[in-house]
Amino acid sequence: MKELLIIFFTAIITQNVVLSRFMGICPFLGVSNKTKSAVGMGFAVTAVLVLATLVTYPISNLILIPNGLSFLNTIIFILVIASFVQMLEMFLRKFIPPLYSALGIYLPLITTNCAVLGITLINIEDFSTMAQLPHALVNALGAGIGFLMAMVIFSGVRTRLSSKKIPESFKGLPITLVAAAIVAISFMGFSGVIDGIFGAESSGFPFIVG
Amino acid sequence: MKKSSILLNGLIKENPVLVLVLGTCPTLAVTTMAINALGMGAATIFVLTFSNLVISLLRNVIPNTVRIPCYIVVISTFVTIVGLVMQAYLPAIYSALGVFLPLIVVNCIILGRAEMFASKNTPLDSTLDGIGMGLGFTLTLFIMASIREILGFGTFLGFDITFGVLKPLSILSQAPGGFFVFGVLMALSVFVQRKMGKKEIKTEISCEACGLCKDKTACDGCKNREEAAQ
Repeated sequence: MKELLIIFFTAIITQNVVLSRFMGICPFLGVSNKTKSAVGMGFAVTAVLVLATLVTYPISNLILIPNGLSFLNTIIFILVIASFVQMLEMFLRKFIPPLYSALGIYLPLITTNCAVLGITLINIEDFSTMAQLPHALVNALGAGIGFLMAMVIFSGVRTRLSSKKIPESFKGLPITLVAAAIVAISFMGFSGVIDGIFGAESSGFPFIVG
Repeated sequence: MKKSSILLNGLIKENPVLVLVLGTCPTLAVTTMAINALGMGAATIFVLTFSNLVISLLRNVIPNTVRIPCYIVVISTFVTIVGLVMQAYLPAIYSALGVFLPLIVVNCIILGRAEMFASKNTPLDSTLDGIGMGLGFTLTLFIMASIREILGFGTFLGFDITFGVLKPLSILSQAPGGFFVFGVLMALSVFVQRKMGKKEIKTEISCEACGLCKDKTACDGCKNREEAAQ
């Protein structure tokens, strides 16, 4: 249980998928203009990340690795994720229309979001057996929530930025990137927190990759 | 269009990173060391060139409705090839690039060029476009990685250049430094484009980056472009 908690908080804070792993930068910069769309995108990514892990982890561990086909990981994963996202979109539109109108419009953008493919691939590298499926799922959930958190915080920063006078050349993306740097610095401040809460031995976990 | 201008287009005029604003994730992630940037650039040139060639050859065969999955299969095949080759011959760079090597599959530049260029042009033009765009990507990555390596580690391509006099600013080699250096470089590029009198300067994440953007209201970049077009 403690292990799962460590994975969860590491994925949210110290190994934040956007601010320290640099995945999913496109939606992070593109959809964070308004808090509402940032929240929608964040939840959609979280849902897809967890469900995609639930699908790809067994495929890799039960089919690809036992047959020596692990070099096909990338191709299989991206196809599975693409078709899965399409199915999820159709399912939501048919059966849960309110959820579709809240999250559905972000779903097509997620297929090419590198956070989804990246986290599913990292899960395969970091966890190796079928028994570690909960670990992989918790890691995916943490990454998704970390993404959501970064999006929401950053949309607040951007709202403040939009009312400020900015040098002509820095308008738009450049100042957004500089602001993202400052948010990333604030996340670096969390680096000792996991050790502090769970004891120093937690920092030696193999899945906390630099 | 002249062949040489297709090749040179990607280098400066339509630089994929600074002008088209594509492929931001690898740009930020692998630019801690100049050598990693070169490795990533080489891998991307390979994938971009061959996927552009193959997609251009197949452009009349692929049905329009399933084109994106088809592109993804072609691209991921070449990514797998380059991954296996790098693992065998350049293991140090392979492990430094880590998960960002397979993530070339979802690199917006490659899908974007497939959609914007290779699906509409002849194989030769598409190959040249792939090489040009790949070189432009590599050049930008190399410049950014050099800045971060020199200021962040005090080394260049692995050689110590501070001679023990200056202390490196290690934050530039960490995550915040990536965002900061990229922001400043982009501002510089906008400044130069403005001085050259270019009217339409892109300072938002582009729609091509999403690849599958169906609902144009979902992202603000698309909406702004739609409004501008009307």
